[in-house]
Amino acid sequence: MTKTPLIEIKNLTKEYDGDIILKGIDLTIHEDEFVTLLGPSGCGKTTLLRIIGGFDTPTSGEVVFKGKDLIQIPSYKREINTVFQKYALFPHLNVFDNIAFGLRMKKVPESEITERVNRMLKMIKLTDFANRRIDSLSGGQQQRIAIARALVNRPKVLLLDEPLGALDLKLRQDMQYELKEIQREMGITFIFVTHDQEEALTMSDTIVVLNDGLIQQIGTPVDIYNEPRNRFVANFIGESNIVDAVMIEDYKVKFEGHVFECVDRGYNPNEAVEVVIRPEDLQIVDKEKGAFTGVVDSVIFKGVHYEIIVMVEGREYIVHSTQSAEVGSVVGMIVAPADIHVMEVGI
Amino acid sequence: MVNKWLSRCYLAIMFLFLYAPIAVLIVFSFNESKSSGKWTGFSLHWYEELLQDSQMQTALFYTIIVATLATAISTVVGTFTSIGIFKLTKKTKAFVLNVNYLPVISPDIVLAVALMMLFKTLKMKFGFTTMLLAHIMFCIPYVVLSVLPRLYAMNPNLAEAAMDLGATPMQAIRKVVIPEILPGIMAGALMAFTMSIDDFVISYFTAGNGVTNLSIEVYSMAKRGIRPTVNALATIMVSFILVSVLISNNLSIKKKREV
Amino acid sequence: MHESTKRLSYPYIVWISIIIIIPMLLIFLYSLIDPSDGNPMAFRLTIDNYVKFFSPIYISTLARSLWIAVWSTLACLLLGYPLAWVIAQCHPKKQSSLLLLFIMPMWINMLLRTYAWISILGKNGILNNILEFFHLAPVDIMYTDFAIILGMVYNFLPFMVLPIHTAIAKVDKNLIDAARDLGANNRQVFSKVVFPLTLPGIITGVIMVFLPAVSTFVIPQLLGGGQFMMIGNLIEKQFLLTGNWYFGSALSMILMIFILLSIWLMKRFDSDGQAGGALPW
Repeated sequence: MTKTPLIEIKNLTKEYDGDIILKGIDLTIHEDEFVTLLGPSGCGKTTLLRIIGGFDTPTSGEVVFKGKDLIQIPSYKREINTVFQKYALFPHLNVFDNIAFGLRMKKVPESEITERVNRMLKMIKLTDFANRRIDSLSGGQQQRIAIARALVNRPKVLLLDEPLGALDLKLRQDMQYELKEIQREMGITFIFVTHDQEEALTMSDTIVVLNDGLIQQIGTPVDIYNEPRNRFVANFIGESNIVDAVMIEDYKVKFEGHVFECVDRGYNPNEAVEVVIRPEDLQIVDKEKGAFTGVVDSVIFKGVHYEIIVMVEGREYIVHSTQSAEVGSVVGMIVAPADIHVMEVGI
Repeated sequence: MVNKWLSRCYLAIMFLFLYAPIAVLIVFSFNESKSSGKWTGFSLHWYEELLQDSQMQTALFYTIIVATLATAISTVVGTFTSIGIFKLTKKTKAFVLNVNYLPVISPDIVLAVALMMLFKTLKMKFGFTTMLLAHIMFCIPYVVLSVLPRLYAMNPNLAEAAMDLGATPMQAIRKVVIPEILPGIMAGALMAFTMSIDDFVISYFTAGNGVTNLSIEVYSMAKRGIRPTVNALATIMVSFILVSVLISNNLSIKKKREV
Repeated sequence: MHESTKRLSYPYIVWISIIIIIPMLLIFLYSLIDPSDGNPMAFRLTIDNYVKFFSPIYISTLARSLWIAVWSTLACLLLGYPLAWVIAQCHPKKQSSLLLLFIMPMWINMLLRTYAWISILGKNGILNNILEFFHLAPVDIMYTDFAIILGMVYNFLPFMVLPIHTAIAKVDKNLIDAARDLGANNRQVFSKVVFPLTLPGIITGVIMVFLPAVSTFVIPQLLGGGQFMMIGNLIEKQFLLTGNWYFGSALSMILMIFILLSIWLMKRFDSDGQAGGALPW
């Protein structure tokens, strides 16, 4: 798949009431890409989305869309549509009229409107609901209508601001799947904002991790999960054990008094680093066979696995294992070289 | 930017419209002559005369006392009534609310003649009591209408939680429900006070001969030409209102800071 | 709260029965009594009082009241909506002060404020003094329909602004963003989203202005010089001047019917707008 850049964001900043919300964002978004802006609340992800949508203007920086400066174009003339956080469906219009709103603004002939809206209703499986009032619908139905209302305009880019936040778990998972499907079928770029890392990992082609107004890491879900660039990303994406370590030489890192083989290189000899190990990558073995040992502190059954906390000289290790361990027993732990992720300290 | 300038201008013009008559009242209270159209020179003459004018003072006294009593009584009665209405069965509730709504939507003149006929039929002596009863009649609905929405917005478990923790129903109302709906009660009281102090028509028909209030005084004066003593009185009222608004504003700002 | 708290409303039910329901029934009863009998205890029922109303002078009085009330309401709406809009766009802290400034004049006696307009608009009033200063021809506004409408707008404008402001303040800002996002320009955002959503506020405002406007007798008395009769003046005259309570009651009933009818009409209009269905754009 050759990727054509669609939106280029250059050194974007936003100041609001004396607070700097975006501190210089550089980001390129490609055609047909599913991009997720991931971060905790207050990290600036919604602001970034609102700037792309045209509801906020940046303090400085550029947003280029298909080679044109997007900031100068008012939101109602952009080929971009938004699915709002709480849907923002018009309460005075019924389902059909809500979806038809954008087409009517463009003065599309009424016969074509009927056809396109009905097709949308069919897609979201709400054909019988055309004349219903918005407040008579469930959250999940409102959600689909909000998506249909945006998509019926055939935008180049669809912005989604935590659209699944108000739904319960089961519905949310169904919608994640459906959204991904829609995106693939229609060939539209999706920019999706969420604070839910699982959602981000499931749906995205590219994840942009934001914190404190800055991009922490850009990459595929696999990259982000397996090769977090810093402590923040490692902590935010799933559970992880982060350990102080020393890079002895290329491919050799020392922590817990043991030199491990690893796959990382390019650090100075004896440079202090941090090592990330995912809980499922730690393996509990007999204490003689372990690279290092610890005492089992607690065991909690989590359904698919046991969550075992092992204390090693006062430091806590989280281990996910399909096998239980006895609390109070001394165990050994090993980890495969590919599962040791070395990162620089304090980025 | 042009838009902002335009809207500021509009706002200014509208406030000018609203306050011009009040400014006129104030300015001409200091006029030397009796004219309220031509300025002839500064004097405090009308303020001196106001101090001598016992009729005007009585009217002011009745206006304030009726407004205060009517507001106090309707706020208390209206609040407890609302709590009661809240628990009524659907049919009775609809009936009470509809009747409660009547004084709000009926023209003053109709309410006034209706009350006059009632008091005449009951052979009551027209005076302070009839006027006060009339004011309470049209004040309570406003209290009920501003308290009820608060009750509906309240978490229904609050009172139950209080009783669960050992409060009697009355204590639950006093300690939990009333603090929760207080903003509605205050708004209702303010509304009642505004309606009462500004009322003319209903007072006019129910006060009888012995008792007057400011509105009645002004109305009867309007036929012969208004004396600037009234302007002086209006000026004092405006200053009083301004001072109390400023004080209450400062108090609420202080409160917010403490929080 | 316990079921038994409903008893708190019982005293009020007794109170409204005596002071609201009985008086209304009295009006109804009196409107049906033959005035020639004189003795209300030995009355004869008749519809003569209503028949009497259907003579040209009384009909034209009602028509005139409606006419002036409609114009006043319209003027309040046209002036009040932009005003409510401007206020709603201000900073929340500033908004409450502005609204307070709006209500404050109501605490100063309404008759006084209305009377002050005579000083402004009168033949030798302030307006004409200003015009004279600029060597412009004086205007004679006092004691005209215009003066009455101006007095009504002045007195009732807050009743229009407050509910509309509440309605505008309630409009979810996201809905406006959403409309823009879907391609609506400023004008379309207003006509397709903001206006329909604030319609309930407009309707409340219209009712709140129309009601006192159609029935007031003070404003026409003061600013119309008493020479322009409106239905309110007519009712007042029956009770305080001619002493014909029976005809006065019939007039009150007719006024009430008109008001209930107009409220019903407005409310229906409102629920139609809310009910949805494919709207003709």
